[in-house]
Amino acid sequence: MARYLITRAWQSALTLLLSTIVVFLGVRALPGDPALALAGEDRSPEALEAIRHHYGLDQPLPLQFAQYVGRAAQGDFGESIRTGIPVSSMLTTALPVTVELAVLAILLAAALGVGAGVLAAVRRGHPAEWLANGLALVGLSVPHFWLALLAILYLSVATGLFPASGFVPLLDNPVDNLHHLILPAVILGTGLAAIIMRQTRSAMLDSLSSDYVRTAKAKGLRPRAVITHHALRNSLIVVVTIVGLQLGGLISGAVVTEQIFGLPGFGKMTIDAVFQRDYPVIQAVVLLTAAAYIVINFLVDLLYSVIDPRIRVTGDPA
Amino acid sequence: MTTAERTGTPSSTAEAPVLEVRDLSVAFRTEGGTVSAVDRVSLDLAPGEIVGMVGESGCGKSVTAMSIAGLLPGSARVTGSVRLQGTELVGTRESVLRRVRGKEIAYIFQEPMTSLNPVLTVGRQIGEVLQVHERMSGRAARARAVELLSLVGIPSAATRVDNYPHQLSGGMRQRVMIAMAVACGPKVLVADEPTTALDVTVQAGILQVLRDLRDRLGTSILIITHDLGVIADIADRVVVMYAGRVVERAPVTDLFAFPYHQYTAGLLSASPTPGVHAGTQRLQEIPGLVPVLSTQPDACTFADRCPAADARCREAAPPLEAVRPAITDHVAACWHPCPAPRAHVEEATA
Amino acid sequence: MTVLTVPTVDAAPAGLTRRTRVLRRLRRNPLAVVSFVVLALATIIAVLSPWLAPYAVEQTDFGHTFAAPGTPGHVLGTDDLGRDVLSRIMLGARASLQVAILAVATSLVIGVPLGLAAGYFRAWDAVISRFTDLLLAFPFLIMAVGLAAIRGASLTNAAVAVGIAQIPGVIRVVRSDTLRLKSLDFVAAAVVDGASDLWVLARHILPNATSVILVQATVAIPVAILGEAVLSFLGLGIQPPAPSLGTMLATAQQFAARAPWAAVLPGVVIMGLALAFNVFGDALRDALDPKGDRR
Repeated sequence: MARYLITRAWQSALTLLLSTIVVFLGVRALPGDPALALAGEDRSPEALEAIRHHYGLDQPLPLQFAQYVGRAAQGDFGESIRTGIPVSSMLTTALPVTVELAVLAILLAAALGVGAGVLAAVRRGHPAEWLANGLALVGLSVPHFWLALLAILYLSVATGLFPASGFVPLLDNPVDNLHHLILPAVILGTGLAAIIMRQTRSAMLDSLSSDYVRTAKAKGLRPRAVITHHALRNSLIVVVTIVGLQLGGLISGAVVTEQIFGLPGFGKMTIDAVFQRDYPVIQAVVLLTAAAYIVINFLVDLLYSVIDPRIRVTGDPA
Repeated sequence: MTTAERTGTPSSTAEAPVLEVRDLSVAFRTEGGTVSAVDRVSLDLAPGEIVGMVGESGCGKSVTAMSIAGLLPGSARVTGSVRLQGTELVGTRESVLRRVRGKEIAYIFQEPMTSLNPVLTVGRQIGEVLQVHERMSGRAARARAVELLSLVGIPSAATRVDNYPHQLSGGMRQRVMIAMAVACGPKVLVADEPTTALDVTVQAGILQVLRDLRDRLGTSILIITHDLGVIADIADRVVVMYAGRVVERAPVTDLFAFPYHQYTAGLLSASPTPGVHAGTQRLQEIPGLVPVLSTQPDACTFADRCPAADARCREAAPPLEAVRPAITDHVAACWHPCPAPRAHVEEATA
Repeated sequence: MTVLTVPTVDAAPAGLTRRTRVLRRLRRNPLAVVSFVVLALATIIAVLSPWLAPYAVEQTDFGHTFAAPGTPGHVLGTDDLGRDVLSRIMLGARASLQVAILAVATSLVIGVPLGLAAGYFRAWDAVISRFTDLLLAFPFLIMAVGLAAIRGASLTNAAVAVGIAQIPGVIRVVRSDTLRLKSLDFVAAAVVDGASDLWVLARHILPNATSVILVQATVAIPVAILGEAVLSFLGLGIQPPAPSLGTMLATAQQFAARAPWAAVLPGVVIMGLALAFNVFGDALRDALDPKGDRR
């Protein structure tokens, strides 16, 4: 296992480095003078000179990059052009919202997706299978922002069941907090639930037709034991890996969902930054997203190696 | 000759057989129609007896084996009778069959790598049978699993019990499957091609394990194989199958010495036998392929490939009956059985 | 010693090539047929929309704003500027399909060769896999954001972002199939016969990989459609007044309570297109499955 993880670790590190380079070069790719782009309202020559000095724009590129990485590692991402607030403190306020939203969405999606997937696999030919399959297909095909709009229109505004927008921090009022997040979390989790359901169903169908399930039946085990103890256990390995790959989509979805529901999270911060040409913020957002995705993927690999004894014990993926 | 003398009893001893299969037929519903896999197969298994079932791929031997404990998929239609010590199994409720599986009738399969769950230790998998049928605690089951691993000849059983299947060699995995099968002391062990996926050198070890179990625990074994060498090695009696039907049934030495059915003779000629195929004599292949039948015809299913077939063979199915009047334990279904013991075989076995 | 004659056995009915078999399975599947018809109709309507649409897309009519569906002259009603919803939907669908197909086609053109190379040459595999990891590290929307920041929001940028987001999927799928095919005997036979690597890839591996590529394309198109819609909705893609289903929904947000049809209908069309592709893609995957009908 160690060998496998070490390989994955340095691959992840390499990808992280490359991502950082890409992001770094991105801002430098802006047409015109980067200093102008990074300047706020004050565009006097002195201000521009100060910016050049601060960002090291007159230095050779590798040095600039080293400076950039060094600062980023300490959490210094510069200041927002628009507000002057350090990007890092903007992140501290915005990230918890998005993280909570994402966690809720994943939990809901996993519970629904795995449950529906197992049901569809076990009840083949039953109407339940068709229903589950159909719902999954719809979940895959529906534009989430549209679903969000409809939800606000018919579940919030029309009935007043859920708040249409806004956010209450978890520590202030847990109940209110959940009340505001539940609708966005459900919408965000829809696509992921559909994917999980289909992957679970497919993996379960494979497991259920395998030789070791035949052995389990020949041993006289009850159907429930066969499903959970043998088939599901093997299927979850596949599902975990697939889900890990979907987290990128979740981040994309969070951006839109926050925008529509007015949640002051990472995603909203991003969209605002784009339209305001707030480059330090954009840069920080892109870098952090890439870093988060790489780290999460590595953790998924770690988890995978723990669950699958074929890797844990000998180090060779099956 | 009385009818009984002519048709013969399927068993060899006077003891009550532990497993009685009578007129077992299995058909499958497929998208292309109904396919008949097994046609009125009958056989007995006496206590402590090893019966070998032999035939080409597709002759229905695995289907017969799986149908004994009701392990066929829902598309299978099973008719006939399977009695385990007098209790009928065909058509019984699933909950009753589940108590029989693993406890009274156990299975080992051809591919030990895929037949064992890759994410559970072998100890857990063996212990599972004990926990389900004998209500053992986890700890007791694990201890018993260690004993069983030693019983089937796995060294360092106390360490091996926590291994995963991929950490064991093919032969050891098969021994694990055997340990799992005999954990609750079943009366019948059904071994479906247990040695086919293993190296020749390992095969002998596995067969020895099976023989030991029969000697020590008195387990009856139904061993399914296409390898005549395995039959010669381990079986007491042999059932030869072709296209879903039993075509010959005999004690093992009799079958090899005096095959009656043309198919059996063909099989023996196609396998290298010392004394028979010494020198430059060619192995005789049987031309053609095993047919897939939608319905079992009232004719001999082997006729198209048989050197001795004539019009009669295609008009009526030959009954399974004794060929020689007084020898009731050797029956064959052939209108033109092999006439006499082959001279050179007689010499070789003399 | 008799000479053995091998009797001829008909293993399969004559003329049953793989393509015939796949097409037959598709024809028998009602879902496949329905979704295919829907897609064909949608494509035809979309392509011909500039001529079929009853009104010009920018044609405003301030005397008939917020007309409900069914109002004479406007089957699906009008929006806040009196523009005909039906016409805008038709042209918007056209734009969506254009972008989606262009994006997926580009991703195939780039991804298939890379996938083949990664699967066939060990040395290239390491490089291409890191490249794929890099692409995957930037979620689609974030990438679109970055592109918009650098080059401004436009239809081209939307197509580029959507296309790039599909590339890792294509590479992964093609690479995996190439690895599988590479180890099959017919490839070894070709190599032994002296075929060059390029020959093997082009004449042996690629033709056999077409089924996974086809399936991947049918999966990628609905993703691309939804992706373009999101980008247009956020203002990062097709810019108004050019018609786009996404921008229609964005503007409809403000007056959703007053004219719900303007907020509901474009979404229905997006979902319909994506659903038809997904259903057909599923049916195609089942039909291509060599294991036959698993149902």
